[in-house]
Amino acid sequence: MEAVLFFAAALGALGGAIGVVALRNPFYGVLALIVHLFSLAVLFLLLESAFVAAAQVVVYAGAVMVLYAFVVAYVGGETEPAFDPIPGQRFLAPLLGAALFVELSIAVLGSSLTALSTQGPEVQAGFGDPAGIGKLLLERFLLPFEASSILLLLAAVGAVVLAGRRGEA
Amino acid sequence: MNVEWYVVLSSLLFAVGAMGILVRRSPIVILLCLELMLNAGNLALVAFSRMVGNQQGQVFAIVVMVVAACEVVVGLGLIVALFRRKLPLDVDALRELRG
Repeated sequence: MEAVLFFAAALGALGGAIGVVALRNPFYGVLALIVHLFSLAVLFLLLESAFVAAAQVVVYAGAVMVLYAFVVAYVGGETEPAFDPIPGQRFLAPLLGAALFVELSIAVLGSSLTALSTQGPEVQAGFGDPAGIGKLLLERFLLPFEASSILLLLAAVGAVVLAGRRGEA
Repeated sequence: MNVEWYVVLSSLLFAVGAMGILVRRSPIVILLCLELMLNAGNLALVAFSRMVGNQQGQVFAIVVMVVAACEVVVGLGLIVALFRRKLPLDVDALRELRG
């Protein structure tokens, strides 16, 4: 059952990713990314991290993707022309991508982490629930938590400065 | 499922995202491909957190989500600013800084 769910979600994630790369219309790309994010949320649930999965669906597939959809609708989702500015780009890029995949896989699987080929240790019922994550965030990782809140504030101000309507630009 | 399946899937997704950044020219799609790569990293973090059996990797994943949200906001702000100034939305046409 777990294997079936894993392969279904992995197919969804991979199909969404390939859709983002391959679809000419950016709006369809956004929809493919939403499929990808939902599949990743299923994978997070399989890895016993319920809170990260919920945040993925609510924050990412909900809020961030709505932002993307609005911007694509605003600038007009025109399909990009299919000329090739760098010769051989369309041929070289998949080759480099495949090389990167092989390299990463060798780096991970060739490491001497023996626990990689296990399912991980048994965990208690509360593993990855909001209470545990919140306790970690507010105790051990308080400084990164506050730093990320300042980062969010700066990003919001920066976006308003960048995209805001001015008299003369 | 063993943890290595998740890690290999995450490296595959990362490679697909990197390939998209190399191939596509619309800045919006390049941002989408950046999201793919960040999420692949997140999947690896959560998988290793499961492998070790503690929740700290999940906290890392949540911080990565925050950084990704900031990147999206600033990137989309730049795209809207480009559109307002009637500049072409094509990273090959925007090459003044190329040196």
